[in-house]
Amino acid sequence: MTPRESDTIISAAAGTNEGNQELRSRSELTAKEVMREVGAVLRMSEADAALLAEVEADPGEDQTMIINMGPQHPSTHGVLRLMLELKGETVLRCKPIIGYLHTGMEKTGESLTFMQGGTNVTRMDYLSPLNSELVFSMATEKLLGIDGDIPERAVWIRMLLSELNRMSSHLLFMATNGMDIGAVSMMLYGWREREIVLRFFQKVTGLRMNHNFIRPGGVAADLPADWRDDVMSILDMLPDRLGEYDVLMTNQPIWRERLQGVGVITQAEAIALGATGPILRSTGLAWDLRRDMPYLHYDELEFDVIVGRYGDAFDRYAIRLNEIRESMRIVRQILDRVPRGDYRIQDKKVTPPPRARIDESMEALIHHFKIFTEGFKVPEGEVYVAIESPRGEVGCYIASDGSPTPYRMHVRAPSFVNVQALPHMMRGGLVADAVAVISSVDPVLGEVDR
Amino acid sequence: MSTEESATPATLFGCLLGDSRGQAVLFVPKQSYMSTMKNLVDNGYEMCVDLTAVDFLTHASRTLPDSIAPERFEIVVNLLSLSKRERLRVRVQVSESDPLIESLFDLYPGTEAMEREVFDMFGISFSGHPDLTRILMPEDWQGHPLRKDYAQGRIPVQFKGAAS
Repeated sequence: MTPRESDTIISAAAGTNEGNQELRSRSELTAKEVMREVGAVLRMSEADAALLAEVEADPGEDQTMIINMGPQHPSTHGVLRLMLELKGETVLRCKPIIGYLHTGMEKTGESLTFMQGGTNVTRMDYLSPLNSELVFSMATEKLLGIDGDIPERAVWIRMLLSELNRMSSHLLFMATNGMDIGAVSMMLYGWREREIVLRFFQKVTGLRMNHNFIRPGGVAADLPADWRDDVMSILDMLPDRLGEYDVLMTNQPIWRERLQGVGVITQAEAIALGATGPILRSTGLAWDLRRDMPYLHYDELEFDVIVGRYGDAFDRYAIRLNEIRESMRIVRQILDRVPRGDYRIQDKKVTPPPRARIDESMEALIHHFKIFTEGFKVPEGEVYVAIESPRGEVGCYIASDGSPTPYRMHVRAPSFVNVQALPHMMRGGLVADAVAVISSVDPVLGEVDR
Repeated sequence: MSTEESATPATLFGCLLGDSRGQAVLFVPKQSYMSTMKNLVDNGYEMCVDLTAVDFLTHASRTLPDSIAPERFEIVVNLLSLSKRERLRVRVQVSESDPLIESLFDLYPGTEAMEREVFDMFGISFSGHPDLTRILMPEDWQGHPLRKDYAQGRIPVQFKGAAS
């Protein structure tokens, strides 16, 4: 495909012109293309398709207007750019334009060793870095064939951190969702609670975000001695705060008015589009990889999968709020079950020698040096491993050629797929609700663009 | 890769069914790609969670079942069956001389963006795709970054006082 010539001229003059990637005006499209863009492809029933035709009612070129929302817009959660076709206040079509944060992380991943890969993937979904690290580590371990040999303590630490990360991510959603819809004080409360979780992460991993703590073979370090007290203080603090959120938002008529019935997506649409996580669950389908295709030791824990019913923005909000509660329930069970023992596998191939050994053993020093400069070789093969991140299914596909670096490393980012559901949620809605819909999808642009 | 060859290889819809680290992999010839995918949709694989590609330019000697002729590109489709709680990976060989394959858009509308990403990053075209444009790179970008013959950009490091 070559860019249209008119666009090339415009892009020389203006800054953000993406040529053919942009939403095209109606006069340039055939009727079939318009029908596709408004969602006629989603194997709809004839009745639905007829309704769709009514919304269209041939608005005519001069009746509609295409506007840009983003890439610089406080409610697009980064650099998401939406082109909206409006008729009055009604959104007729919408197209997300992404790539403004593309930094070639999958290409970078091909030159980093499996040892270093964690630093790369952790920056993709920067709101749930530990889940990205976890899926990368699990894929590497599967290639190495050591996925069954990870020490119990490491597995439970991974689950603990993964669930705390789910809580911190959802708490940030509460904050941004509140701000987007106008409950500005909620923004402060959400960030405040998240900060307490991040402080625990800082104590454990040394960093608030981008931890590179979960690594192939286990975790980077043991938990601090008093970790139980810290986690307990989080668990003691949160229920009251979540109760305040209920008072401030859930039961409040204005909040419900803004969210209920907004951005509706049906179950068939969500499945067809590949949407996962709270979006899929909001349509009433109880699909959670932690329960349905368990990994780590989730099958030993008791928790509920929160589902919605109407597939609207309110359901997605309520699901996330209650998933914080479920995560707390999981963390309580984990507290009692973290065993003593190694926090990383005692396999000389993937685990560097302990620091103390380096001072007394030349071999340990060489081993340490080699593993950090060359990395460890991973047998040839390819795997796809997926786990449930706060945003949905995050998957990691690694093809290895037997060298210490992945031959190809691909991350299936839930936000990338979920953002594609936006046009279907927005169609026929009001432009004022666009912000609420974007917010309810909770995209992380670092992960969308990778 | 690491496919366990038995006396009678397992097949699914006439395609070779392999195994990679315990995960089911279906090797589909390019000619029967669409018909096989249709069969898979009808047999409970409701969701296409991921579609990506691999460029095997510098690793042509990879392990494949005997009956599969390796090509430069491979399309990798990860399917999920919500009802059966199963995953299936489909691998299709795509040649360098004819980097074109049918689009899954009609079966799985969600693959639209994923196929655009593959087109953008690997230069593999999808026939029947409604909107085959670049998605991550700028529209006027030259080349396809995830191909193995596309050099990785780097910033030269300048050392203070070093010669040249």
